[in-house]
Amino acid sequence: MQWDIVIGLEIHVQLATQTKIFSGSSTAYGAEPNTQANAVDLAMPGTLPVPNEQAFRYAVMFGLATNAEIGRRSVFERKNYFYPDLPKGYQTTQLAQPIVGPGYVDIDLADGSTKRVRIHHAHLEEDAGKSLHEDYHGMTGIDLNRAGTPLIEVVTEPDMTSAEEAVAFAKKLHSIVTSLGICDGDMSQGSMRFDVNISLKPKGSDTLGTRTETKNLNSFRFMEQAIAHEVERQMDILEDGGVIVQETRLYNGDRDESRSMRTKEEANDYRYFPCPDLLPVEIDDAFIEDARSRLPELPDARRARFKEQYGLNDYDAGILSADAKLAAFFEETVEHGKDAKLAANWIQGEFSARLNAEEKSVAEAPITGAQLGAMVTRIADNTLSSAGAKKVFEALWTGENNDVDAIIEAKGLKQVSDTGALESMVDEVLAGMPDQVTQYQNEEDPKKRKKMLGGFMGPLMKASKGQGNPKLFNEILVRKLGG
Amino acid sequence: MSISREDIEKVAVLARIKVDGEQVSALEKDLGNILDLVDQLSAADTDSVEPMAHPLDAVQKLRPDVVTETNQREAFQAIAPATEDGLYLVPRVIE
Repeated sequence: MQWDIVIGLEIHVQLATQTKIFSGSSTAYGAEPNTQANAVDLAMPGTLPVPNEQAFRYAVMFGLATNAEIGRRSVFERKNYFYPDLPKGYQTTQLAQPIVGPGYVDIDLADGSTKRVRIHHAHLEEDAGKSLHEDYHGMTGIDLNRAGTPLIEVVTEPDMTSAEEAVAFAKKLHSIVTSLGICDGDMSQGSMRFDVNISLKPKGSDTLGTRTETKNLNSFRFMEQAIAHEVERQMDILEDGGVIVQETRLYNGDRDESRSMRTKEEANDYRYFPCPDLLPVEIDDAFIEDARSRLPELPDARRARFKEQYGLNDYDAGILSADAKLAAFFEETVEHGKDAKLAANWIQGEFSARLNAEEKSVAEAPITGAQLGAMVTRIADNTLSSAGAKKVFEALWTGENNDVDAIIEAKGLKQVSDTGALESMVDEVLAGMPDQVTQYQNEEDPKKRKKMLGGFMGPLMKASKGQGNPKLFNEILVRKLGG
Repeated sequence: MSISREDIEKVAVLARIKVDGEQVSALEKDLGNILDLVDQLSAADTDSVEPMAHPLDAVQKLRPDVVTETNQREAFQAIAPATEDGLYLVPRVIE
């Protein structure tokens, strides 16, 4: 039987404010446990929450960037449940009147098409603390530093029909919030967490199937795997004539397994009601216009500009524009390196590969765009061969030396582009390889000829101690060997 | 309007309040009376009335995003039943 997959996402985005949503405690990551958990965060009797203006500004910026209606009047509610990392016994969140109303995001798919994913709403709420289940004499340790960190929860319509679409949406959202600067986007520290709602229905059917929710996925890869896993699980059950139980599931990415966390019958009854400690928040035109004036260039606009301004193709422009920090690095490189296409190749090639290998973010890269740009300039003006450039890159990366021209000088990487000198090297090498020369000249197939030409390059590079300009060598060879 | 024993037991679980059998019977009567009282309110026509989020006709003031709190962990943990390595310790919970 053929099935349609229906996917909706709920995404928690940690806002990059200095303080918590309802208190003046710092939200800096990595502090000693409970040193940033104060009276309000600990729910001490007699304390009152006061909302953070910046959290609202960020939420409004998010709304504007996702073509959404802004909730002029939003109301906080209490979502009641017991868990020790939630000291108040309820999460302060929004339900019926959220700060961000319906909006949408357009995603690009691998086949070149574009798809619109609707956002149902996005609301402001507080994060919970962390429970450490390592053994503390049979007890659980609680760190409340994270309690009260502002989040927006983005809830999509069930508009996605494959893992590819869901991941494309998640990546686009990551790109938007990091470009806006409202979230640091660091998924390994939980700055963005995804819940995936999945159901199946017979192909073409209008009736939605029973859905399950897989919670707390914190990487794009796990999200993709979890969706594939859950689709297969549901398909197996349905094709064996079983029924899907509406439930919340946890996915273990390391083992590619999932297990039920709770079923609908056990589901929490959250008993939402408006929070009496907080008045409704009204957002006026001036606040919205101020937020609008703070909107930076967004990924779609940046992508279009990269194509227009630097002549990049759609693929390169897409990759280099998605991440705000990578985009800034690219522009700095081009500014110092002139040749945009070469800069794009080096950033997507060597530079990204090294970041991945060392699990570093762009911000942590040991080289600057200006340095890479200086290197690109030397490739473009034929001072460096690509082999020589790799050596320069290595020296920059390891911090051995941070001046490109000094590295070229010290390592003797300057290419010889003096045609006279190169010509005599070619003459010499060809004289030593008469058999290969005859073979080449008797070959009719241009493809094979091209391949044979490569056979002369090794000895030439050796003769020039690796400093001969390969492009010029090639030109001279073709001319001397008679085309 | 009446309330069932099952509803009372469920609410008690959600509120983490222990009630025994006899108390449930008493609560059945008391809560039923309260619900009857609330039912009388339903007689009022509220079709054109917007649901109220807060009894005060005022809007919330917002706070600038500036750190104002200092680390007072020691003071807070002095009144906690159990702490270790800066953590609050609670009975083991694994969901």
